[in-house]
Order: sequence, then C-alpha cells, then structure tokens
Amino acid sequence: MKQRKISKTNVVNFSTYLGMVIFFLVMTALSKAGVLNRSMTGLLVPICCYMSMAVSLNLTVGILGELSLGHAGFMSVGAFAGVIASQSLLDVVPSAGLRLTIAMIVGALFATVAGFIVGAPVLRLQGDYLAIVTLAFGEIIKELVTCLIVGHDENGLHILFNLTGNKTVEDLGLSDTGIAIIKGAQGTASVKTIASFTAGFILVMVTLFIVLNLKHSRAGRAIMALRDNRIATSSIGINTTKYKLMAFVTSAALAGAAGALYGLNYSSLQAAKFNFNTSILVLVFVVLGGLGNIWGSLVAAAALTILPEALREFADYRMLVYAIVLILVMLATHNPTLQSFFARLKPGKKEEKEAA
Amino acid sequence: MFGKLVPVPSGAVIPERDIGKRPILNCINLGVTFGGLKAVDDFNLMIGRTEIAGLIGPNGAGKTTVFNLLTKVYQPTHGTILLDGQDTHNMTTAQVNRAGIARTFQNIRLFNDLTVEENVTVAMDAQMKYSMVSGIFRLPSFWKEEKVAHERALELLSLFHMQDLANVKAGSLPYGAQRRLEIVRALATNPSLLLLDEPAAGMNPSETAELMENIRKIRDTFQIAIMLIEHDMNLVMNICEGICVLNFGRVIAKGSPEEIQSNPVVIEAYLGKQKEA
Repeated sequence: MKQRKISKTNVVNFSTYLGMVIFFLVMTALSKAGVLNRSMTGLLVPICCYMSMAVSLNLTVGILGELSLGHAGFMSVGAFAGVIASQSLLDVVPSAGLRLTIAMIVGALFATVAGFIVGAPVLRLQGDYLAIVTLAFGEIIKELVTCLIVGHDENGLHILFNLTGNKTVEDLGLSDTGIAIIKGAQGTASVKTIASFTAGFILVMVTLFIVLNLKHSRAGRAIMALRDNRIATSSIGINTTKYKLMAFVTSAALAGAAGALYGLNYSSLQAAKFNFNTSILVLVFVVLGGLGNIWGSLVAAAALTILPEALREFADYRMLVYAIVLILVMLATHNPTLQSFFARLKPGKKEEKEAA
Repeated sequence: MFGKLVPVPSGAVIPERDIGKRPILNCINLGVTFGGLKAVDDFNLMIGRTEIAGLIGPNGAGKTTVFNLLTKVYQPTHGTILLDGQDTHNMTTAQVNRAGIARTFQNIRLFNDLTVEENVTVAMDAQMKYSMVSGIFRLPSFWKEEKVAHERALELLSLFHMQDLANVKAGSLPYGAQRRLEIVRALATNPSLLLLDEPAAGMNPSETAELMENIRKIRDTFQIAIMLIEHDMNLVMNICEGICVLNFGRVIAKGSPEEIQSNPVVIEAYLGKQKEA
C-alpha cells in the first residue's frame, strides 16, 4: 500500500518537473527556430518569474491556508535588492551567470528578512488580519522603494532616503566612474539585463524542488494539518506559530528570488510595477490553478501571462476579453459535470486529486 | 473486575494498584469563569497512573470545559493542574500535549485532506528531529525518521485494524473509523493521560462494545491513564474504575460505579428531585 502511495505522489511530482523541462525545451527550440515573435520571446523570463511567484504563493495560500495579499511586496524587495547587488558587482564579478545567482540569493535573503518582519507579529493572529496586513505591507514597500536613491562607485554603495522628495541622484555625491542604480520614483536605471530563460527555468525548478519536498516532509504535514484544523494541530503538540512562519517566510524568500530575476530582465523598472494589482494577479494564478495544486499554478501562470499578449488583436477590448476568459475558465473548472468528464479522460488528473 | 478503589490523603480515590505511585493527574481547586459565569468551579480530581476514569454529568455540566482546561484550550482562572507532579501553569496547548496529555474531540477534528497515515505521523512531529533543510534536501535523517514514523503509524493503526486504510483521505472515512482514527492520532503523541470526549457518540451497540474492548486494550498495552466523557452509562459503568459526576460546574459525587449508581445526589441530578406527596 505504502509503496503504491509513494509512487503515486512521486508520479505527480515527477510529471510536474517533467512538464517544466518539456516546456523549457519546446520554448527554447521554438525561439531558436525563430517561430516565436519578439513579444513572445520577451515574455519567457516573466513567465518563469510568475510561475515561481505562483508556486511560492501557493505555499502560503493553498498549503498553509492563509490569505496573503502582499506577495508582490516580497517580489519588489527581492527585485531591488537583486538589482543593487548585481549592479554593484559589475566589475568584481564579470560572469553574468554568477552575478545573477548572487543577485537572486541576495534578493531571497532580503525577502526572507521582510517576510520574517511581517510574519512574526501577524501570524499569531487568525483569519483576515494577515490579508489586511500583507496588503498594507505591499503598499508600504512600494512607497519606500519610491523614496530610495541608490548609487555605486569605487567607494561602495551610496544610499539616500528621499523622504522630502527634493533630492536627486546628484545628492549621492558619486564619483565620475559611479553609476546610479535606483533613481527614486523613476526606478532602476540602465540595468545590465542579465536574466535569461535558462536562469528562469532553473529558478522554477529550484522553487518546485523546495516547495514539493517541503510539502512532503514533517513540516509540510504540520502546515497542512494547520490548514485543516488549528485546534487539533496544537492538541497534538505542534507549535503552530513556528510552522506558519516557516511556510510564510519560505514563500517570501522564493518570491524574492523571482523578483531579483524579474528586476534583472529590464533595464529600467519602477517600484509601482509591484503594486496591489500584481499581488492579485499572482493570487489569480494560484486560485485558477487550484489551491494547493502546484502544477496548476504553473499552467495558470504561463497561460495568463501569455493570454493578454495573445489577445492583442482585440486591441481596446483586450482586458474585457481577458476577464471573460477568466470567468469562463473558473466556471468550467468548478463545474462538476466537466470535472468528472476530465477525470475520466485523464487518469493522471485523478491521481493528482487523490495524492494532492 | 478492576481491584478496588482506595482513598488517598487528599480525600480522592484511585485504584489500589496505583497507590504508592505519583498520580498522573491532580487537579486542585480548578476553575474557570467566563464573564461572571462559573463554568467550572472548585474541581478536585486525582487519577491513578493506569486508571480508566469517567467524567459524567447532565448536558451543560461543564465536562468538556474540564477537558479544555486540562489541555489549555482555555486558561484556568484559578486552581492548579499537576500533571505527573508538574504544574502546567503557563503552558500552551501544544506544550501540555508534549508534557503528556492527548485528547480527542466531541465533534471530530481530523485533518480531512491528509491521509489516514499522515494524520498519525503528523502527531509524531514532536518526536521527530530532522530539520526543514534535511526535509527539503532529503538528507539521511529524513529517510531514517520517516521510515520509523511510517512503521510506528502502521503499528498503531493495526491496533484498530485500520492499517489497510492508511492511504485513504481521513475526510472520506466512515464516522466510526474517524472516531477510531482520532484515538490513534492522540496515541501517536505518546501520552501518559488520554482524554476521550464522548468516544461512543453516534455508535451502535456493537460498535460501542468494540470500543470498550479497545479502550481496555489501549490501557493494557500502553499502561496509561484514560479519562472519558460519555453519556452511554452502560459503557461508563462497565469500564470506568473511578467516576466523577459534574453538575453546574461542580463535582457532586466521586466513587466507584456501584457507589455512583446508588448515590441519591447523582440520581437527583439526572432525573430531578422526587416531589413530596
């Protein structure tokens, strides 16, 4: 019995990894062959970032069962920390791959700290409080980054906090060789874009590895038990705060890494990009893909990132069509008749339901 | 059938075989007030190390509240709980469980989306040592401890003949099996005192008879104390050694099943006072 169960769970996990590998190979082949147009090629890295964001948010929303509305905030922390790290290491670390890795680790570390600061006091509360506080956190991060002016020269980092709103890059006192990295509300400036689809693919695989293995360990069991019944969880000797924080901070760290990759994909990026709408967008990926369903998050993130691009021909009606498609998909996936139809059609889908 | 109850210096009674050993539970003047309402007041109880004790009383007497006080779902407003001689003051629910009290719930609280086996292994969390990093990177400690937990879970489940259901979602189990699983989950935390809140609720007579056997089997196998709340008097009178009767938050009688059955105060609490002609 046990042997069969392990293999069943493994089959679902393995297919998730395999699906990601196939997606990567197909997309790489297509772009090499020149089949993909420029806008589609440009979407490859954001798709990977959003996939990673969706999988990590699924850890908080689907597996832990707490609503977080500030996931873009952690992405923002990771993005700007990552860009600062990468830009200041331009001369020291010439290898783009290594610099990108360092930037993503730095982004993850800063997001971890942010996750801890937000999570530690709030996760003791229950219900909607977390949603409200994370929502506020996202907005605060946006405003704080807007105030940030950062530059780098041979003397190291220059950081200025532009609270009054009348300071500019000139006030940093950079030497002639110095570069401005973040220009307040204008966001990052002339970033050397080193993000690649390969890096994005690796990021998603690492995210999957961490989230899936965490889910199928003692921590994952405790986290899912918490979601199912809090009182029963503490009655069996589990420190609920510890596990809540573990899930929340891991989720934040992964979002930070995704943010760093995202930030290094654009030569200029404003803090306003990581607003409430982005948090909601990622939440939509998670809900559409199915709460707790990891491969669902991947598919939803990819589909909903490509969809607006594919709908360009509808011009002004693009967002309207997008919304209608969303509603139809939601209705279809929650229709019992269709669900059982798909379950009969695909044995893999049924397995996932039992093993998830 | 059980050996007789003997009084101990505090005025309580515990089974003769547990005399000379420290009682597993000693409640002294335990009480809780909810905004002026004394839900439980002046509750004194001592339970022997291997005793099967019953807590009975009419609806609303405060029986489940006593369980909630013992497990710190509510913090007592006065009184002391000594668990194996250790004061549980300031402990949280999780800490009390690690100190030795496990419980089941009147309205079943299983982890419905986890499998039967996961419901049991999650309760062994406190006994597992491997870190989050070992779990993510599947280090040797992960495999070793998961294997031990898996084997122990199957062993516990087999006590109730549930080992074949290990991979079924707990939420899809039939009612009786859910009740049994809750007991297995509680046992997985290695308790020294097991609290069962209406274990026979909703069971038919044959299921109840099986449950009685199981409760005895648990006590004999694990050598632990069990306290149960139950309305099925047949079950209570058959398996409990000491019985404590609550009414309006106060203990109105304590003693062996025979003493309780013939106690006029208990009869009055259950049936009402006989009117003078």
